[in-house]
Amino acid sequence: MPDLKLLEKTTIQVRRDILRMVHKVNSGHPGGSLGCAEFFVSLFFDQLEFTLPFKIDGKNEDIFFLSNGHISPVFYSVLARRGFFPIEELNTFRLINSRLQGHPTTHEGLPGIRVASGSLGQGLSVAIGSALTKKLDKDSKTVFVLMGDGELQEGQNWEAIMYAAANKVDNLIATIDLNGRQIDGNTDDVLDLGDLNNKFISFGWEVIELNDGNSINEVINKIKIAKTKLGYGKPIVILMKTEMGNGVDFMMNTHAWHGKAPNNEQLKIALSQNKETIGDY
Amino acid sequence: MNYINQGNKDTRSGFGEGLYELGKTNQNVVALCADLVGSLKMQKFIDEYPNRFFQIGIAEANMMGIAAGLTIGGKIPFTGTFANFSTGRVYDQIRQSIAYSGKNVKICASHAGLTLGEDGATHQILEDIGLMKMLPGMTVINTCDFNQTKSATLAVAEHKGPVYLRFGRPSVPNFTTDDLGFKIGKGILLKPGKDVTIVATGHLVWESLQAAKELEKQNIDAEIINIHTIKPLDDEIILESVKKTGCLVSAEEHNYLGGLGESISRIIVKNYPCPMEFIATEDTFGESGTPSQLMKKYGLDKEAIIRKVLILKNRK
Repeated sequence: MPDLKLLEKTTIQVRRDILRMVHKVNSGHPGGSLGCAEFFVSLFFDQLEFTLPFKIDGKNEDIFFLSNGHISPVFYSVLARRGFFPIEELNTFRLINSRLQGHPTTHEGLPGIRVASGSLGQGLSVAIGSALTKKLDKDSKTVFVLMGDGELQEGQNWEAIMYAAANKVDNLIATIDLNGRQIDGNTDDVLDLGDLNNKFISFGWEVIELNDGNSINEVINKIKIAKTKLGYGKPIVILMKTEMGNGVDFMMNTHAWHGKAPNNEQLKIALSQNKETIGDY
Repeated sequence: MNYINQGNKDTRSGFGEGLYELGKTNQNVVALCADLVGSLKMQKFIDEYPNRFFQIGIAEANMMGIAAGLTIGGKIPFTGTFANFSTGRVYDQIRQSIAYSGKNVKICASHAGLTLGEDGATHQILEDIGLMKMLPGMTVINTCDFNQTKSATLAVAEHKGPVYLRFGRPSVPNFTTDDLGFKIGKGILLKPGKDVTIVATGHLVWESLQAAKELEKQNIDAEIINIHTIKPLDDEIILESVKKTGCLVSAEEHNYLGGLGESISRIIVKNYPCPMEFIATEDTFGESGTPSQLMKKYGLDKEAIIRKVLILKNRK
């Protein structure tokens, strides 16, 4: 059993990292990052099987791809906290000459990143390719990918969703961050995604619903259930409901903080709601 | 120097042969296709190595992403579709998931240019070299015949990094020989001459050799260079030649904006300014017709090369 208390503490610290990173450079995407903090902590501190130092080829290890690259703050924070690179490097987020680019990239050699993302809709295809390589190599480990819900408006995803089912890519667990919001408003209003559950089922996927993606316990349980479905001829998707801006009261229930940094006063309030746990960077 | 046509063959079959050979010699080579197996001549590879082939369906964006992912763990993916769908349709996927991510994907593109013929402009891309050469880290190769396309296919598997390999549909003279060699980034001096340099790529190489024969009758001694690797460009072989001849014609089946000629003009202007003419399409789309009709209409044949050489002679 994982130490849930420690994971909770880590999550709070990750929230502080996210807020401080975007505040410092007055740019970046805190909303979706905060909403996915529990997911990233659960994955990297409990569920993913890998060793450090990071090896880009990921042979005989679980591999994770972030498709919605704009939530880089949560990715960077969790990678640093998990030991991929020094946590002090979080200070360089979005600054010139940094390995922590606005959106994740392999170009600067940041440990933990295997493909650039940011231009949306490309991560699932890459994850499928990686999963196919694992099958060719008889590597029994799993490929994970996280995608945003708004991102599903990109057509390439549906090419990939069709392909993965038709070709029984059953060593792949995709997770959709269903926060229901995107830059211009609610996904329902911008371009309604419809009944995603049934869409995935009709495309031939195994669907797992995760109704509280901000509960570490539930995230871990659902990832574990997903793992039991591996190897049965179907790709697996976890439809994970989250709250954008989770953990900061004024950032929740709105799309306003998708890509906006808090000012000094707002940062102070936000941090007071997320007190230091395992130490600021 | 006399080059003999060993018999007309399509360059895409050279790709198919090369891919099949790679199947035997390189276990990491895998192939992907977006519903154009026959056109890309991939069937022999598929028959022999079915597990290393991925039929993606009509979904080129997904194909480029899957190819990028396959490299993680060491596979060397060769994607196959028409040049139009290999580049313009999937530019952002190539840019982010392949080029910027430094993935070892070989983008193999058939039916490039006007010689695709009757299908018309929707399928005749004349902008692909420009699109691909602008991507940092991308190697761009355009082959001239069956033998060279086969050699290039083998060579790109050994090269680490993304490659755009461009070839065509029609049967054209197969004239290059093994002793010419194929080295990525190295131009080939096909015929020495002293009066004018003709630098050609792709289907225009044979036309240039034919033009040189005609020019000889008019006492014009043309030097013919084949540039198969447009990026990185072999500056040296071009500059060495123009220092001798004092003028240059570039010849390619592509728009003059973004093509080989444009790359050459950059190094000429920077290093050795001299008169230059361009054999290329002039910022236009193509149309339906037979390959030879189209090449004639758009000024991409032997006669057009001769005309440009005569213009250059007067400019010298």
